[in-house]
Amino acid sequence: MKEMLEKVKEKFNKFVLAFENRDLPCIVVKREGFLELMKFLKEEGFNHLIDLCGVDYLNYKPEKKPERFEVVYHLFNMNTKVLLRVKVPIPEEDCWQYSVVTLWKTANWFERECFDMFGIKFKGHPDLRRLLMPEDWEGYPLRKDYPLELPEEQEWKVYKELKARGSK
Amino acid sequence: MGLESLTIAISSSLRYIPGTPVFITPVDKLLNWARAGSIWPMTFGLACCAIEMMAAGASHYDLDRFGIIFRASPRQADCLIVAGTVTKKMAPAIKRVYEQMPEPKYVIAMGSCACSGGIFKTYSTVQGVDEFLPVDIYLPGCPPRPEALLYALVTLQEKIMNEVGKWGFWRKK
Repeated sequence: MKEMLEKVKEKFNKFVLAFENRDLPCIVVKREGFLELMKFLKEEGFNHLIDLCGVDYLNYKPEKKPERFEVVYHLFNMNTKVLLRVKVPIPEEDCWQYSVVTLWKTANWFERECFDMFGIKFKGHPDLRRLLMPEDWEGYPLRKDYPLELPEEQEWKVYKELKARGSK
Repeated sequence: MGLESLTIAISSSLRYIPGTPVFITPVDKLLNWARAGSIWPMTFGLACCAIEMMAAGASHYDLDRFGIIFRASPRQADCLIVAGTVTKKMAPAIKRVYEQMPEPKYVIAMGSCACSGGIFKTYSTVQGVDEFLPVDIYLPGCPPRPEALLYALVTLQEKIMNEVGKWGFWRKK
């Protein structure tokens, strides 16, 4: 693991923002060099993408984050049983990330969910539609500035019509 | 008229004509008796309440002894047990299932979520199925035990037994 991280430091020095080691080794990387890093990691044996999720750091108290969003990847090496985390900060005004569907097919629905909940677009995704919310839903529910309850006028169109038909 | 003198009362609205194999009762009573004894609910589980509904249907609680047999098609069902949290995305599907059921049809809102939205007072959850369905029985609990579901169904049977002219061509306008 240590040698692998040394290699990453060497090869991707330009792109890596930080190495963290709180609960497990973590690489914070810029979006620019991200795809090359992921390709490299897969070749190093991280053949299993455990999870992919978004984070919204709006009004995050413990520290000030330079970018609002972050996409977090958890990679696992099935042979050596090593777990690795990769984080990529995403700016709010330029809200997209590279898709890793070509590397791990399981990323397909993860990325769709992330797009559904945070509105982060994944470039190169074969079929980027909403996964959980209805396709004509407006807004991204897991963003911190999304209201817990929608006001009456923002109600989802289909449900509003259903409600208007009454309970008979 | 002469009905009282010619017949014998067996129960409140059932009379027997002596010497013949004939009983007299209002049509509503007869149909209500048949309906109450064979409530066929639609299998429509949405969340954890569905697990309790399955438990109620299985051999330990045994809904079959009430004539309650779960059907997998709305065309064969008379009762929709909405068991679980109803999301707004699911609401049109539930409405469609309800509309596909032939009359007479009844709705049981099972669990706190189906009754009122429960703890989920959020953008995506329906605040009670009565917003778009005519609910007959509200069954609270999170989730209700199978005994509670049995009680709800028995209460529904009582409700059905007391109906007068609600369904059919002689329905009161």
